[in-house]
Amino acid sequence: MNPSMAITEAPGLLTADGLTGLIFLVMMATTIIGGIIACCAKRLVRAVAGLIVCFIGVATLYYFLNSPFVAMMQMLIYVGAVCIAIAFAIMLAAPEESQKTGPSGPLSGPLGFITAGIVTFGLLVLASRTKFTVFPKVSNGTVKELGIQFLTSYSMVFELISIVLLVAIIGALVIARAGRSK
Amino acid sequence: MSILALYNNLNTFLYLAALLFGMGIYGLVTRRTLIGMLIASELILAAASINFMAFNRFTAPDPTVGQVFTLFIMAIAAAEAAIGLSIVIAVYRNYKSIDTEDLVELKG
Repeated sequence: MNPSMAITEAPGLLTADGLTGLIFLVMMATTIIGGIIACCAKRLVRAVAGLIVCFIGVATLYYFLNSPFVAMMQMLIYVGAVCIAIAFAIMLAAPEESQKTGPSGPLSGPLGFITAGIVTFGLLVLASRTKFTVFPKVSNGTVKELGIQFLTSYSMVFELISIVLLVAIIGALVIARAGRSK
Repeated sequence: MSILALYNNLNTFLYLAALLFGMGIYGLVTRRTLIGMLIASELILAAASINFMAFNRFTAPDPTVGQVFTLFIMAIAAAEAAIGLSIVIAVYRNYKSIDTEDLVELKG
């Protein structure tokens, strides 16, 4: 998939490009359906399952965007760690009868739908009307170049993010432990 | 443009990210439990990451920069989820509920 080479003619379904496009359509539908389940499901466990489906679809989209390493990290971090942590929190903190998530508050129901609809519509219009400048590529974005960038240009940010993660984990332990003897 | 060549188009990814962002906003304003709102915020972060990766692939001169940004977003999201879930557990221990309606008094 050379970035500068755009497909102009319509590919047939049984060619390599056509099958790639078909897989892309399936994974795009998976992402959207997973997102709908994650934001609309009545029970929180189902919402987490929808979030996992959505993140698997997003990982496939990263693969289509020439970034297999980021796709792997998406599977490891989001599907493997964040969703499992949320599932544990649901088991620890949400009793069975309170997992119903009915509407409440002024923005629930149709007003919330209108709010989200306005935001989505604005973003869609903005994305369709803007002309983006395409610059010529200076590298291929391979994993090797990514590693070189991480340890040269972005090494300071890399170290800082390690400290942020360490502080976040210690802080999470401290907050979750407070008042445990009650 | 054929429907099978959609994956080679910047706007496809932008529209998909906008839809995911809208779902996240919808979940954030309609959910009544803290964990549900956290799930919705993860959707918003995923939409932001898709935008970064799409511009990285189609327009940016150096395609490693967007990947670096997306990996940093993932690290921040993991830290945010850990802190948020520990706050949820602490709140549940004090109030025996994670419903946002029950948390209107902030005095511990």
